[in-house]
Amino acid sequence: MDYVLAALVGLFIAMGVYLLLSRSVIRMLIGMTILGNGVNLLIFTAGRVTREVAPIIPSALEQPSGPIANPLPQALILTAIVIGFSMFAFLLVLAFRAYQSLDADNTDTMRLAEPEQTPNPPLSY
Amino acid sequence: MATPTPTTDLPQAMIEAMTPAADWVIVLPIVFGLMGAAALLTMRRSNSTPLLVALAVVFAIIACEVTLLLRVLADGPVSMTMGKWLPPFGISLTADIFSAAFALGAAVVTAIVLVYAEIDRGDAQEADTFHAMVLLLLAGVTGAFLTGDLFNLYVWFEVMLIASFGLIVFGGRPIQLDGAVKYGFLNFLATTFFLLALGLLYGLLGTVNMADIMRVAPAANPAAMAGVAALLLLAFGMKAAAFPVNAWLPASYHTPPASVSALFAGLLTKVGAYAMLRALVAVLPGSRDLLEPVMAMIAISTLVIGPLGAIAETNLRRAVGFIVIGGIGTIMAGLSMPSLLGVAGAGLYIFHALFTMTALYMIAGLVEKRTGATDSRQMGGLYAASGSISVIFLVLVLAAAGVPPFLGFWPKLLLLEAGFSQGATGPAPGTVGVVLVIALLVNAVLTLIAGARLWGHIFWRSGPIDAAPSDAPRLLAPLTGRGRVGYAATAVLTALIVVAGLWPEPVMQGARLAAGDIVDPARYVEAVGLAGETP
Repeated sequence: MDYVLAALVGLFIAMGVYLLLSRSVIRMLIGMTILGNGVNLLIFTAGRVTREVAPIIPSALEQPSGPIANPLPQALILTAIVIGFSMFAFLLVLAFRAYQSLDADNTDTMRLAEPEQTPNPPLSY
Repeated sequence: MATPTPTTDLPQAMIEAMTPAADWVIVLPIVFGLMGAAALLTMRRSNSTPLLVALAVVFAIIACEVTLLLRVLADGPVSMTMGKWLPPFGISLTADIFSAAFALGAAVVTAIVLVYAEIDRGDAQEADTFHAMVLLLLAGVTGAFLTGDLFNLYVWFEVMLIASFGLIVFGGRPIQLDGAVKYGFLNFLATTFFLLALGLLYGLLGTVNMADIMRVAPAANPAAMAGVAALLLLAFGMKAAAFPVNAWLPASYHTPPASVSALFAGLLTKVGAYAMLRALVAVLPGSRDLLEPVMAMIAISTLVIGPLGAIAETNLRRAVGFIVIGGIGTIMAGLSMPSLLGVAGAGLYIFHALFTMTALYMIAGLVEKRTGATDSRQMGGLYAASGSISVIFLVLVLAAAGVPPFLGFWPKLLLLEAGFSQGATGPAPGTVGVVLVIALLVNAVLTLIAGARLWGHIFWRSGPIDAAPSDAPRLLAPLTGRGRVGYAATAVLTALIVVAGLWPEPVMQGARLAAGDIVDPARYVEAVGLAGETP
């Protein structure tokens, strides 16, 4: 199972990197999300996938009576999902606003902040 | 399963006593920052003086951090663990001298920038969330400095990132949206790489607590750990804008108002550099040793390419951005020489850059306000109109280049000493140390050329590049009202830099003490409460 998940993580990250290399901002955004999900899956796999029971301790006991699933990766991933989603929401709005005011979904034509073909710096001083 | 119930010894897993009241001083700065941001956000329509509320919160934070710094200087690192779980299960906040000093520096810089920001704000612009986002940014930066847990560091990075997103698009001009797309994507990518490294680290070691990693990392597979450390180096290098991955900084830092640029230049890249110092030098020293040639190469190329970019650039704030990148190279040089002197130099340089780079952007904002231009081609003749601005600009350029007696000289002195001593005591002749020393000196000369050239263009020549010598310089009216407030804030910050440069003994002593805790983290591990246990 670990090997299947590891291959899936690799596939997700490869897809994310491929989409991030695109010039279109929307494709980059989708690539960012897929990359983020690949990383979440990696944390899940790194926490050891088992077939044990859920990490719930019966009320009569003070610690689990046998092996249980690892609850920590779930806490880590949940945090990462929430953060990743909020970043995705912000970047989506930003991409839309940039498309509206710069009239560009292409990073090659977004050159307001770094103008192309500026003359050479002055040679004085 | 019929196994008998194991007896549980609660004190082994839980904190049963209340945390002493004095230890709360480590979590209070973050709490104040987050609560202040939330309060300002809810009061944004009814509150007519958000600046005063924000300043009150920042001064409360400064008071806590002064207390914390004094305590850390006297008694060594302080740690507090959240939620009754003993470390490494609970999330620890841990402060040593470097983290407390950087957090204090960040709060002082934020207070000054909050006052300076009045220069960019009109009288009609009261019901907004600028101050709330600055406080949120400060909370994120403080959390990143004070945390003792790598996953928690990731969370603070994201808090910082979302606040900086809000600030960089503040006002929504098209050029800001352009800059924000590049800033946003590349920084989010950097934190995703950090998360990737964290996932692998957790899979290898089963812990994300820094002190616990220090104990168990030496037993792990060195090749796998080096891979994790390389990912961390990439992630923090992107955050700090070190050479091959620095393109986002000059693409975005000049687009928002000057006050926001100043805040970013002081706080954000320095957090990336601090994270590198903490994670690579203190937590994973074994893996850092394997990566040392890479780090030295990054340091040398950043040191040289940063100021060369500044020489080639005519947009004033973009040129300052390249000088900031050159400063990151200086920190990387210190991290490539993990002796006591090298770490002390890198840490002191971070402290110096917190103040100096912020002040450089603030004075650049004042110059833009006086000339009405952003490109140094369109500037000129400001010396006759405003001598004091030109003096402050020159002082800050000299401080950034590291000319004695300004603050920037002292960390570079420590680094030069470190470079030469590495050559003398190493098993091989220390060519790396000598090359780093040469790169540091080249960086100082190039920064001086870039700064002097900017100074000559903006202040010394009689007018813009296309003006005849007889034309009067094209300047806007002298600063009044809010403009004078911004001017006073810049002067105060510059005075702090000059005083610290003329009387460097306290910061030099502090940096050496702090570096001792990074090079030998025994006191740090003991403060978290993990000393003496076998993993």
